[in-house]
Amino acid sequence: MARVWAFLTNTRGGARLHWTDWASYAYLTLGIFLMFGPVVWLVMSSFKTEADLQRYPPTFLPYQQETVMVDGYDDPLPLFLMTGGEYEGQVLAQLRRVGLQAQMIDPENPTERLRVTIDQREPVDRIALATENYTDLFERFSFLRYFWNSTFITIMATALMLLVNSMAAFALSKYEFRGRTTVLLLVISTLMIPQTVVLVPLFLIVTELGLFNSLWGVIIPGAATPTGVFLLRQYMLTIPDEILDAARMDKASEWKIYWRIILPLSAPAIAVLAILAIMWRWNDFLWPLIVLTQSENFTLQLALNSFQGELQTDWSSLLAMTVLTLLPIACVFMFLQKYIATGIASTGGK
Amino acid sequence: MLSLISPLMRIVEIPMLALQRLLGMNKLAWVFLAPNLVLFGLFAFLPVILNFSYATTGGDNVLLADRPDVGLRNFVQLTDCTNHFDPNSCREDKFWRAVWNTTWFVTLQVGFMVGFSLLTALILNRDIRARGFFRAVFFFPVLLSPVVVALIWKWILQREGVLNAFLDWTGAGGINWLVDAGWAFAWSVFISVWAHMGFYTLILLAGLQAIPRDVYEAAIMDRASPWRSLTRITLPLLAPTMLVVLVLALIKGVQTFDEVYAFTGGGPGTATTFIIQYIYERGFAGAPRLFGLAAAASLLVALVLILLTLVQLWLNRRNVDG
Amino acid sequence: MTRSKFAASTALATGLIVLAGAASAQEIRFMCYSDGNECEVYDDVLTRFEAENDGVDVIVDVVPYQAILENLPVQLAAGTGPDLAKVTDLGGLNEYYLDLTPYVDATAWEEAFGGTLDWYRGGPDDAGIYGMHSQLTITGAFVNATLFEQAGVEMPGEDATWEDWAEASRAVAEATDTPFPMAIDRSGHRVAGPAISYGAALFGEDGTPTLSDDGFAAFVAQFVAWNEDGTMARDVWAGQGGATYQDAAQEFINGELVFYYSGSWQVGRMDEQVGDFFDWQVVGSPCGPAGACSGMPGGAGIVGFEQTDHPEIVAAVIDFLAQPEIYAEVTSRTRNLPAHLGVGDMVEYQDVSDPAAAALTAFAADLPDVAPAAFAYQGYAGNRAMFGITVERVSQAIVGELSVEDAVGRMADDLAAAMAETQ
Repeated sequence: MARVWAFLTNTRGGARLHWTDWASYAYLTLGIFLMFGPVVWLVMSSFKTEADLQRYPPTFLPYQQETVMVDGYDDPLPLFLMTGGEYEGQVLAQLRRVGLQAQMIDPENPTERLRVTIDQREPVDRIALATENYTDLFERFSFLRYFWNSTFITIMATALMLLVNSMAAFALSKYEFRGRTTVLLLVISTLMIPQTVVLVPLFLIVTELGLFNSLWGVIIPGAATPTGVFLLRQYMLTIPDEILDAARMDKASEWKIYWRIILPLSAPAIAVLAILAIMWRWNDFLWPLIVLTQSENFTLQLALNSFQGELQTDWSSLLAMTVLTLLPIACVFMFLQKYIATGIASTGGK
Repeated sequence: MLSLISPLMRIVEIPMLALQRLLGMNKLAWVFLAPNLVLFGLFAFLPVILNFSYATTGGDNVLLADRPDVGLRNFVQLTDCTNHFDPNSCREDKFWRAVWNTTWFVTLQVGFMVGFSLLTALILNRDIRARGFFRAVFFFPVLLSPVVVALIWKWILQREGVLNAFLDWTGAGGINWLVDAGWAFAWSVFISVWAHMGFYTLILLAGLQAIPRDVYEAAIMDRASPWRSLTRITLPLLAPTMLVVLVLALIKGVQTFDEVYAFTGGGPGTATTFIIQYIYERGFAGAPRLFGLAAAASLLVALVLILLTLVQLWLNRRNVDG
Repeated sequence: MTRSKFAASTALATGLIVLAGAASAQEIRFMCYSDGNECEVYDDVLTRFEAENDGVDVIVDVVPYQAILENLPVQLAAGTGPDLAKVTDLGGLNEYYLDLTPYVDATAWEEAFGGTLDWYRGGPDDAGIYGMHSQLTITGAFVNATLFEQAGVEMPGEDATWEDWAEASRAVAEATDTPFPMAIDRSGHRVAGPAISYGAALFGEDGTPTLSDDGFAAFVAQFVAWNEDGTMARDVWAGQGGATYQDAAQEFINGELVFYYSGSWQVGRMDEQVGDFFDWQVVGSPCGPAGACSGMPGGAGIVGFEQTDHPEIVAAVIDFLAQPEIYAEVTSRTRNLPAHLGVGDMVEYQDVSDPAAAALTAFAADLPDVAPAAFAYQGYAGNRAMFGITVERVSQAIVGELSVEDAVGRMADDLAAAMAETQ
């Protein structure tokens, strides 16, 4: 339907917008607000101090209290705007607060001490980015080492998974052989047992194979995803058999058909699977947590979650780290998403 | 990248061609399947088989050798109820609360998930401006870790959160969303759709590419209405992809866990406790670690899922054949 | 990025690791989790140990707490655990601990750590030395003194009961328009102290644990009633499910809570985040009708594992950390309470404000009030199961899924089932 509409509006001469276009843009605008808004807020929050994060009600922009250096005092003093009483409208610096009273001074006239009640003042805030959330990360641990581990795992696991899964999907979609349905059902049935449950048996197997505390212990088990096989197989079903038959007439080997015809024609599905695989491996947490225990093998997700203690969580560092880990994969997505739109229409011609 | 892969593929072609001559066309399928089957056997089937052993043994030991055989006791314990519709009458009341919560949750969640992903995919597939940007917008939540998803929505929904601040401003007055069982449940559905919708949208987008353009051209010649071409062309041709989406949405729906767990912890009370949380708390997070009970519960869930999937596959086949 | 390059670099990396392993044969792995800066501080002081012991390399692997709780037991069972770790399931992992007795001065350890050594032991007949309690905590209450002052309500004194505090907090909340009078962290550990003060024995005559005696039931009934009438912040226990931990620190920091029952580990956070907003102080644990005014001790400790290849080095590392001057330094830098009885006056908290220092002192002063049952409960290997059962069932009673009687009955059943599985 969408394509038809697009087709219709196009032939009508570009500029005119059909009502369905308006509806689409309205939906997309709502989407930005609902889907993207919280993500933007996450990014803003990663620039907040830990105290600001805890504040009610939450603010969109990061704030810090304005301070001033006054002669005769070593530390900067917090500034308050007086909202009532004798000094209403003035901006004063606070020396100390005792119970309901506060001792203030006028920064212009630092010798005179003024006493006010605390409900007559409110803090002067300014927008300030707590960039130390980010810089501290690099000082606290070997960020680059973790980044490299995550990248290595992601790339190797994705490549392995794409190759192995597309080969299996090719066999399951384009060959008639005994046991095909059985294999397909077996593959799908492994989807039914959630990863959480098989974690312990899988851990024992990986340990037996000597892959404990090795990056390959994360890479290889990750390549066996039923989702990938199922997704690619269903997509390959839609590729017309005639194209294959024509190639076989030309004496192309089956392997050649696989990587010269099937793979290019499955580009949208492969792009999707690549995005998903990269995302899965990059964000994987539970499995690396049990297989990798030595810090030289840690991934970004493990480092990120190490801010969660038993009783306290260091949210400001955790959020900054989340944004940092999000950036590379967001870029990868922006790059790969255009391949989703290269379907049969563009590559099927030859 | 490609320049490197091409020669590699050409090298692989030599043994593959030999195998093709040796085995013939149809047996070659097993060669294509082999690497996948090896990985699957080791890292997917074997754990499931071990899972069966855990389900029939008791105690809190990790190693199978140390676990006493208890036969079907774990299954009996799980299903011991005077009335299965009333969790309070069951020995494992938490399991049955989780079962019924999950049933309601999946019914709602899969419907919304598939509906909104399809709508979004159809719109994103149109010839709109800034398509890449909009795709990213809808996909971004998928990239967030469950902990972060939960954190964001807690900020929004907490007693003095953004939503209540907004409602106060409009004069509607706030609601303590996460302490009310009904609202907490509704928001759990919303959040899981929010967090995973992009995944299914992406799969559907790829599926839409597989529909050849000339089919639509023919439809336009016949002056078919847009609605008609949607129901007569797009949806039927999208069927294989829709099957993937439906099967995955159902399975992943039943397996919903991390983001809701981080969001409500399964509360208030047990209002948003789903089946995987029960398994997780029984087998891993709680004490003592009852792997046996957890494994037995997971096998019961798997059984139900397999039946549901077979029904879906069967319906799909019937539709395609019809 | 090319495949061959990747292959080469991994080969190189693997080679390097192998080489490194060969060069320093005595590599010790310390699995650590942080509730603040603990792991950083250990890493720092252990460089001194490395300097004293040539060829020994102690590597601190900082992991999420989840790894300690869920994965470490599995790894230990499979024989792939670290050499030493900071753990909280003190008695539960006993079967894997390395007994330090042959390597350390046992009398000195007994003198220094006394009762906390018991928490790591397998049972009453076990006399081994397994762990160094690195982080002693005690539960207690924080109060918003500014709110009391604003309301003009007198703060209840030393021997005040839970009832007194509930009444005073309600009066303050009403006068100052504060949303919540009281809150207790959502944790079975936190309610254990109050429950003991209400008469819960927790262990029968023969030592069998119980969560359903009259004292415990009385506390549950009172706690549920307080949640219903708004004395307790219902959000804390009713806003979560399962056995998930939930604190009310955010409400307290925002001045929305008058009386907050948590523990000594919150002092640093309060100090940092309340700042100048209001005055707060620590008042210890209120008393109950049973006469006790007990808090609950707790914390984490450092243990070595039997499966290590270098037991003598592991023991030396732990012994090094147990030296009074090192222990005192770590305690002050991490702002914890010392479990080492010989370092009392050596701990000088650094960069700590006056209220925080006062709070830490107040917590330390509350230790003698801790009931023997609380010590026994903390030292009981199956206490994690009991904490979990408490939280789950009491929450169900609060949200109305179960009546108080049913909840207490379910707690008894759950505990019996858990005991049956672990025997």
